[in-house]
Amino acid sequence: MEENIVLKMRNIHKSFPGVRALQGVDFTLRRGEIHALMGENGAGKSTLIKVLTGVYSKDEGQINLDGKDEAIHSPQDAQRVGISTVYQEITLCPNLSVAENMYIGRGKGAVQNWKKMNADADQILTNLGIPARGSQQLSSCSLAVQQMVAIARAVDTDCKVLILDEPTSSLDEQEVEKLFTLMRDLREKGVGIIFVTHFLDQVYEVCDRITVMRDGKLVGEFVTEELPRVQLVSKMLGKELDDLSDIQGEYSSYEAAEGEAPVFEAKGLYSDSGIKPFDFDIKKGEVNGFTGLLGSGRSESVRAIFGADRVLGGEVKMNGKPVKIAKPIDAMKNGIAYLPEDRKRDGIVGDLSVRDNIILANQVLKGFLKPYKKSETYKIADEYIKLLSIKTASADTPIKSLSGGNQQKVILARWLLTHPEYLILDEPTRGIDVGTKVDIQKLVLKLASEGMSVTFISSELDEMLRTCSRLMVMRDRRMVGELSGEELKQSTVMNTIAGGEK
Amino acid sequence: MGTNKVSKSKEGSLLSRMTRNQMFIPLAALAALLLFNLILDPSSFAITMDENSAGNPVLSGFLINILDNGSELAILAIGMTLVTAASGGQDISVGAAIAISGSVLLRVLCGSNTRPETLQAPILVAFLVAFVVAMLFGAFNGVLVAVFRIQPMVATLILYTAGRSIASWVNNNELPIIGEPSFGYFGGFIPGIPVPTPIFIAILCLVAIWLVLKFTNLRLYTQSVGINENSAKLNGLNPTFIKILSFVILGACVGVAALIKVSRLATINYGVIAKDIEMDAILAVALGGNALSGGKFNMAASVVGAYVIQCLTTTLYKFKVPSTALPAYKAVVVILLVVLSSPVVRAKLSALAPQAKRKEAA
Repeated sequence: MEENIVLKMRNIHKSFPGVRALQGVDFTLRRGEIHALMGENGAGKSTLIKVLTGVYSKDEGQINLDGKDEAIHSPQDAQRVGISTVYQEITLCPNLSVAENMYIGRGKGAVQNWKKMNADADQILTNLGIPARGSQQLSSCSLAVQQMVAIARAVDTDCKVLILDEPTSSLDEQEVEKLFTLMRDLREKGVGIIFVTHFLDQVYEVCDRITVMRDGKLVGEFVTEELPRVQLVSKMLGKELDDLSDIQGEYSSYEAAEGEAPVFEAKGLYSDSGIKPFDFDIKKGEVNGFTGLLGSGRSESVRAIFGADRVLGGEVKMNGKPVKIAKPIDAMKNGIAYLPEDRKRDGIVGDLSVRDNIILANQVLKGFLKPYKKSETYKIADEYIKLLSIKTASADTPIKSLSGGNQQKVILARWLLTHPEYLILDEPTRGIDVGTKVDIQKLVLKLASEGMSVTFISSELDEMLRTCSRLMVMRDRRMVGELSGEELKQSTVMNTIAGGEK
Repeated sequence: MGTNKVSKSKEGSLLSRMTRNQMFIPLAALAALLLFNLILDPSSFAITMDENSAGNPVLSGFLINILDNGSELAILAIGMTLVTAASGGQDISVGAAIAISGSVLLRVLCGSNTRPETLQAPILVAFLVAFVVAMLFGAFNGVLVAVFRIQPMVATLILYTAGRSIASWVNNNELPIIGEPSFGYFGGFIPGIPVPTPIFIAILCLVAIWLVLKFTNLRLYTQSVGINENSAKLNGLNPTFIKILSFVILGACVGVAALIKVSRLATINYGVIAKDIEMDAILAVALGGNALSGGKFNMAASVVGAYVIQCLTTTLYKFKVPSTALPAYKAVVVILLVVLSSPVVRAKLSALAPQAKRKEAA
């Protein structure tokens, strides 16, 4: 048993100004094992990974690899000793080719054989079944393919320890399945895999062991089979989780008056992102959603509604009155708010404080000549930090130093502050822990019960079924169905997505 | 006192808080330069009342000299800071644009005659025309950068190359000279007021930008666009407009600086006027600890940076460094300052402070 251990981390400590991110954490990884690392946002998973990969230097503790104590001071060190990583957010260079991204920083000499590199890359991509060519520019690939290229890059280096930090958050089911096949292959070859994820299903599907962290401390290490889900969740949260399955019943649904015009209505709307014209409407107090596989056009549809892409045609009405929405500001003035899918690229303004990020949208609505008073901004920020329990050192902390889930809450706060009539949430729960996910779902239902209309998009069908009363199904950038009432069952939705005729 | 204690334990010692402040490096540099002057020549701080050629009492001395001659640079630093923050790049056509704006100003004053007995137009009208022309050239740069997405340095290279030719073409390659004494007030002295007028103009501009930053959202909008254009757009901002706006504001600064420059000379020298001033303006922004890649900015730090550069230049002149050797001396000091204000050294500096504190405690 002992000699089977490939990685031993003992008593790891790491502090940031104002936060003790890791306090005496132990972690053990064996050869040929898939080991889940779980915990809520801010539990310290990402910090532990970054200490292991040399992105952060630890304050205290030992890292032992293959029986040797290793001092890892940089990602290069980590790669040299055989630790490869795929991060949650894609960390490749979008303006380089796929092959360049796979081989960057790995060349031995100054001369690079481009032809051979492209051929090698193509070979690996084909083997892994990734739909990309080596010579293609990375930014021309979808988010999912980019993520898979990152995995291909990590796998291709001769590694003992492979770290996957939420690699599946942007992948659809088939792609996840492909990845799992790959992970199992690697396990057979004796690679130790650390798998960080928020998806419980995935943990129980592939993982052998689970290490749980909470608030920067180790909760424990468990064999997957011996740990029922409910217990895992309660260990992550440090409390018993209330029943996830029926939160909809807790909120009375808002009763729209008879004959009332829909809050938002679109006919034949389409944009330059390649979606086919679609019809859509949402009533006051309704929660509906767009579903479909990744790249099916669900995000593009809501972007067209908000004017985030160039709208090429279609009629739009708000509360029965025709309006023109060509730019985001038009949508905002009409009481529409949009939380974008790609938080890092489209959501946060990284260097600005939490406070500035919260007030931004409403400040733009107020106008150029009417800035908030400084004291007002602090009041607003403190109010929303409390309301959404955002974990931040202060209102002046730059948003980029917050964990992903807390960044998301800040963006949510930004749009709630505008008091929208119609709120669009595109993947608000991606890369967020279970507790926060439930919080956000509950918040959505609460807002709806108060009369707000919400469109909700999520890759997790469960979540959609739990919150939405109507689902628009997208396939190949076309709206192929609308489901409600009795049809809102996993099997029906799947069939519609897949295009089965029955 | 109680609150003071809390903030202290949160933010570290006074020293570390000071070194972390963005104003620290430019202010420290300014203090060091002044101290250097004080030690080598204590009399340099003396401000005396002299009489100028027109028989008016005027203040003179080393400090007055710095404030006077630093005016154009301080004004330009305002615009350059905004352009840097919004576009993540710099405008290198500032000097050439001053030549154009100055030339237009003289052209309007002189009409077709290069040695006019009387001015052909009120100075205010001439200034406004030149001011608008400067803003139009700013808008031209802004459109290249924001609409056509050309790298700012490449985009402004066009005007940098062509600007001085355009300037001389405006006056048919002749050198107009203004004899009218009131035109000299802007770069010199207003009779009866012993303080050089450029100082007043600079203060006026600084107050103006302070008011704008306080009573509008220029700072938030500019920073948002500079940090994350996509997010800014999805929050209802128009990044294209804001970038162009920053270049137009720099254009306005150019217009004011041009007035001071040509007023000082009462004429213009197309090839030499405001030469290399764009580099000093960019340097002022950098010395102020602002990232040249855009985003967050500190206007006050840039302005102090501008006066640091002027202080350095004036000091070197004072110690009779030949003007050909000036850039070399300047470079040495600038390297020192830029390295000191680099993130690497700053991190080391602020790491030093808590250590000192710990030693104290032990």
